[in-house]
Amino acid sequence: MCLAIPARVEELLPDQMARVSVDGVGKIVSVALVDDLTIGDYVVLHVGYALAKIDEEEAMTTLALLREAAELGAQP
Amino acid sequence: MNKHEPVGRKLDLRNGRVELSHGSGGRAMARLIGEIFHAAFDNEWLRAGNDQATFDVPAGRMAMTTDGYVVSPLFFPGGDIGKLAVHGTINDIAMAGARPLHMSASFIIEEGFPLAELKRIAQSMGEASRAAGVAIVTGDTKVVERGKADGVFISTTCVGIVPAGLELSGDKARPGDVLLLSGSIGDHGVAVMSKRENLSFDTQVLSDTAALHELVALMVETAGSAIRLMRDPTRGGVAATLNEIAHQSRVGVRIEEKAIPVAPQVAAACELLGLDPLHVANEGKLLAVVAREAADALLTTMRAHPLGADAARIGEIVADEHCFVQMTTAFGGGRVIDWLSGEQLPRIC
Amino acid sequence: MKHVDEYRDGELARAIARRIAEEAQGERAYRLMEFCGGHTHAISRYGIEDLLPENIRLIHGPGCPVCVLPMGRIDDAIRLAERKEVTLCTYADLMRVPASGGASLMKAKANGADIRMVYSTLDAIALAEKEPEREVVFFAIGFETTTPPTALAIRLAQKKGLANFSVFCNHVLTPAAMQAILDTKDGVEIEGFVGPAHVSTVIGSAPYRRFATDYHKPVVIAGFEPLDVLQAILMLVRQINEGRCEIENQYRRAVTESGNAKAIDEMAEIFELRDAFEWRGLGEIRKSALKLRDAYAQFDAEKRFSMVTKPARDNPACECGAILRGQKRPQDCKLFGVACTPETPMGSCMVSSEGSCAAYWAYGRFRQYETRRNEARKAS
Repeated sequence: MCLAIPARVEELLPDQMARVSVDGVGKIVSVALVDDLTIGDYVVLHVGYALAKIDEEEAMTTLALLREAAELGAQP
Repeated sequence: MNKHEPVGRKLDLRNGRVELSHGSGGRAMARLIGEIFHAAFDNEWLRAGNDQATFDVPAGRMAMTTDGYVVSPLFFPGGDIGKLAVHGTINDIAMAGARPLHMSASFIIEEGFPLAELKRIAQSMGEASRAAGVAIVTGDTKVVERGKADGVFISTTCVGIVPAGLELSGDKARPGDVLLLSGSIGDHGVAVMSKRENLSFDTQVLSDTAALHELVALMVETAGSAIRLMRDPTRGGVAATLNEIAHQSRVGVRIEEKAIPVAPQVAAACELLGLDPLHVANEGKLLAVVAREAADALLTTMRAHPLGADAARIGEIVADEHCFVQMTTAFGGGRVIDWLSGEQLPRIC
Repeated sequence: MKHVDEYRDGELARAIARRIAEEAQGERAYRLMEFCGGHTHAISRYGIEDLLPENIRLIHGPGCPVCVLPMGRIDDAIRLAERKEVTLCTYADLMRVPASGGASLMKAKANGADIRMVYSTLDAIALAEKEPEREVVFFAIGFETTTPPTALAIRLAQKKGLANFSVFCNHVLTPAAMQAILDTKDGVEIEGFVGPAHVSTVIGSAPYRRFATDYHKPVVIAGFEPLDVLQAILMLVRQINEGRCEIENQYRRAVTESGNAKAIDEMAEIFELRDAFEWRGLGEIRKSALKLRDAYAQFDAEKRFSMVTKPARDNPACECGAILRGQKRPQDCKLFGVACTPETPMGSCMVSSEGSCAAYWAYGRFRQYETRRNEARKAS
């Protein structure tokens, strides 16, 4: 459920806050629910809170699986 | 300066506020009008100091329009209520293919409104009016009690001349006609929203507020009556305008999502808030329904003008008894584009 | 947008759709419930159903927290907001939901109630700090995605010693609702679930296991983007073909088996289970909703304002219930498009942007005309 969008961590702020951005649109949000964030990480953002860090490796795997499924589908 | 300016102390433009006396027709009002509005708009008609402006009108059919501006916040990235008021009214005349001549501006100001902001708005209007070549020749000022207006409400009226033989109208779209859009959508709405309380986000997106009459003049020169109608998609966005056209002309509209230009930051802001750019307001764009044969030439003309640099062909008119506006998504899937009921609100779900 | 655009590739989508069509067995019916309203919205927005073969049917489930909030609770919120000392903070989604007697938060605001739309609980806390003379109440709704933000707000209020902040809690639980769908007598027949994306980010994939083991329904957790949904549908088709009943995770870039431990702990610290809670359309479901623990009573608006919910009845012709249970489609409701439109919504399915009726109205109602036209052409 619910509108959530991947946002890039641009700056870590005190009190478990951070500045994140989506394609250049910036917002100050809470990162209290996600540990070990560094600048450049992507988080899932929902109602002003980061809920999870996006796992880049798993993302690559997913994209690879998608392309694989697509290739099979493209065969005559 | 206005030679009829009354004697006495000048307005405190830095720290002063509008008072009820500024609207009551006496010396205080003359001072307000003189120092703020006449100073900013300065032209021969205002200098004449009459209750009306008189001018010769070229032969031909006249076009006339009136609009109210109640935007909040009053100042937003890329513009303010004043600039919006000048551009918006000029655009309504331009959408008839007409050349705007002169305009009027009336102000309803809330008691307590800072004079510095009023001055800023007036100056912005003056600049916009001079840049567009359309003078604000007459106006009116009223002050209402605190709480009865949101800072300031502006109403503008504009008159213009329609080129001979041109009869653009919302009911003229026909199956086979092509839809042209002059540029990217959603900029104004996102710029305004970024300043709203409880929604603040940082963005470089600027309102696209602009006067379109010069672009329109070039288009009319290129294609004349091959243009069926033009409309600027303001409140309600492109979605509302397309539905209006569909219903007025009793036709269907088919557009391609891939063809619609949206700036990356606008797209991102819309994603963040759960908004659809098709429903977001624009203040410097136009939609044109044109005869198929004229589309290519018109696009070339539009793209040569700074306000049409991103002009695109976004779809066509078809026969459809239900007057649906349908869009082919980037996926090849289909969806209906509907009017929204009421203002589009951000969502969490 | 990174991690977004890659999953919206139209060409890839069409290729995967072809794959799905190849693998879906002709005579078989694949009835897949997408539980989450966000998926309903994505499916409508991208016209995903147009890409699927006819024997795959997507049934919209009750995963829309606005849709399942009973009218009586909106009445409560309006009554709260009408108190002179109260500032009610709410997500914008709730503003137009019809309450009893045609009321709504939007109308109450127009009549002078102090109602503020907020993007985040953080905004409500900031408001409470800025206006200490006001009683700031946050109207909390949502499944497990939205619950941790409420929990954190209460923590923050406690830390800051705010005496004027409270929460009107209407948080509900996903697995309980999924089970209620499966337990419904004469309920909709489904072969599998497309599992929620961001709820699963919080709760993990483990809580869905019982649907596979006890109910023999496969669940594939899907990300939010259209390619995610298509991939999940392919995975479900494969499970069904192969007779498997597993919990699979397509949204592996954001969902793990155990979920977000911190978020789960925060929720457990602040909230506890209600015995029962009324869901619009699903009736009373046991252990399906949350309330604040006694330790946080001062932040509980229901206790603070001695609130008693009066159950309110929906318009008897409104089919929101059957639609939420997946038994009927929007076009099956007599009110749809007639008395019930986005301008004049009768039920929440039409107001919420995730609601089936709103989605169908906004994106899909042209299809029934096309179908009729095609049928007429075939007949002539």
